[in-house]
Amino acid sequence: MTVIRDLDKDKMVVAEGSYTVASAVKACKPNVISAYPITPQTHIVEDLSQFMADGEIPNCEYINVESEFSALSALVGSSAAGARCYSATTSQGLELMHEVLFNVSGMRLPVVMTIVNRAVSAPINIWNDHQDSISQRDTGWIQLYAEDTQEISDMTAQAFKIAEDKDILLPAMTCMDGFILSHVHEPVELLESDLVDEYLPSYEPEYVLDPKNPMSFGAFADPESYTEFRYLQQQSMDNAVKKIEDAATEFYDIFGRYYGGLIDEYETEDAEIIIMAMGSVIGTIKDAIDKLRDKGEKVGLLKIRSFRPFPVEAIRKAVKDAKVVVPIDKNISLGLNEGALCTETKACLYNTSINMPVVGFMIGHGGRDIRISTIESIVEQAKKVADSGIEVESQYADLKEEML
Amino acid sequence: MKEIRIHGRGGQGSVTAAELLAAGAFDDGMFSQAFPAFGVERRGAPVQAFTRISDSLIRLRSQVYKPDYVIVQDPTLLEVVSVESGVKDNGIIIINSDFEPEKFDLNTNAKIMTVNATKIALDIIGRPIVNTVLLGAFAGATGEIRSESIKAAVKARFPGKMGDKNAEAMQKAYDMMVEAKI
Repeated sequence: MTVIRDLDKDKMVVAEGSYTVASAVKACKPNVISAYPITPQTHIVEDLSQFMADGEIPNCEYINVESEFSALSALVGSSAAGARCYSATTSQGLELMHEVLFNVSGMRLPVVMTIVNRAVSAPINIWNDHQDSISQRDTGWIQLYAEDTQEISDMTAQAFKIAEDKDILLPAMTCMDGFILSHVHEPVELLESDLVDEYLPSYEPEYVLDPKNPMSFGAFADPESYTEFRYLQQQSMDNAVKKIEDAATEFYDIFGRYYGGLIDEYETEDAEIIIMAMGSVIGTIKDAIDKLRDKGEKVGLLKIRSFRPFPVEAIRKAVKDAKVVVPIDKNISLGLNEGALCTETKACLYNTSINMPVVGFMIGHGGRDIRISTIESIVEQAKKVADSGIEVESQYADLKEEML
Repeated sequence: MKEIRIHGRGGQGSVTAAELLAAGAFDDGMFSQAFPAFGVERRGAPVQAFTRISDSLIRLRSQVYKPDYVIVQDPTLLEVVSVESGVKDNGIIIINSDFEPEKFDLNTNAKIMTVNATKIALDIIGRPIVNTVLLGAFAGATGEIRSESIKAAVKARFPGKMGDKNAEAMQKAYDMMVEAKI
């Protein structure tokens, strides 16, 4: 199944991506929202603040905090007390949360947080790439990436459903590209509260912080038991593989919209070259593929929707008949000269009978614009790899060598 | 798909204009997308905003490099920004100016049209706010959007008397452009 949208223009409005997300959060009826504004996430918490002021989010506490560290810490307590919790952040703000991210996931608190992806400093740069969330890869949070504002809206409800499932109980980041999606105005269907009620059951935690029934959360685990806590977190990640698919199909049943589960595929059936990517660049790549297909090039796209859990089996199945696989990354692991998608794709194909070149391209760092022509030149280079093998395993696709 | 680039200075409402254009076009039954050229916004600094209009869902997320139409809110920008950059040969560049189009020596095959949006705004709205006026001019010059749709988008954003005055100024600019085409 590929992207399905029953476009009903009568239900659509032109809205800013941030407003669309805030509306989705409202429809999910959170009990606690913590807010610390940081560009380009600011509009989301501003819009939520307006909804609060207008009395549109009942039974909810909106907490202004003094830092992102506090923003997430406030949700640790709130979520442990049984509240449905939400926050949003980006870049340096997310990095400041790093320590608390582990606490949230380790305490099995199903917090949902929108990450408005932005580059990290230094040098100071407020524009989009994925270095911020990719750098939080191992914190035990589910990570989902959206290609447009409708998807990030719908993904918000899906994330609560996945995170709060009794077999999961893990926090989730829903990632949208800063500015490109947060500040774009485009037609969407805002999430309808009554349909969300049907889709998303209320959060019923098994264990809560309650003075009448005292209990410790996140307490001491010595070498006797620490490993088992980690093992169980991984087990939940494994469970999430199916739940993410289920959450997407159940969403489709109620809302008539589907964007893929763990992955989505576009023109991959007979593709010799399969591009892999995450986030808003998906749309641009689809347009590039249409152009290339018109010229007879057998190119397809594998959209990675869930980066954590990493969809190992789904990727293997999708790429097995291709001649070359081309992960595109808006991040770099310095010291390895690769983006995370490239590294992990190679890892998931190793020790299998699938054997094909994987060539990575890093692109769009610090907000550098990604044009169809750049995608076409990547495909051009991938064709050479298909014909004559790999020369360079991973490289920047848009490096300005004259500036070095 | 039609692509529009709006040049202005920080504070002139270029981003708002792009958004209103997207809202109006959607009202006209089209799909649309509006976004700013994300920069470090400062009042007075050159800024750009973009709108795409299409009869099918828009997936492309890159900036606009080969616009069909360009709107220039402030003619002094011509000294510092190449507003004609990439404009299609059959495109239109609409400049807010009291000069005739022939006065502008731009390196383009696109058609240049001028409208004194500042004067219209001062006369009707009472303030030199030209972004909405230029949207009226855009509708008249290009025929890409109905004047009723773009006026409705402006009135939805600025309800009441302010919206009415804007709509009046927009209609005037629209009529002038329709006349200039003949």
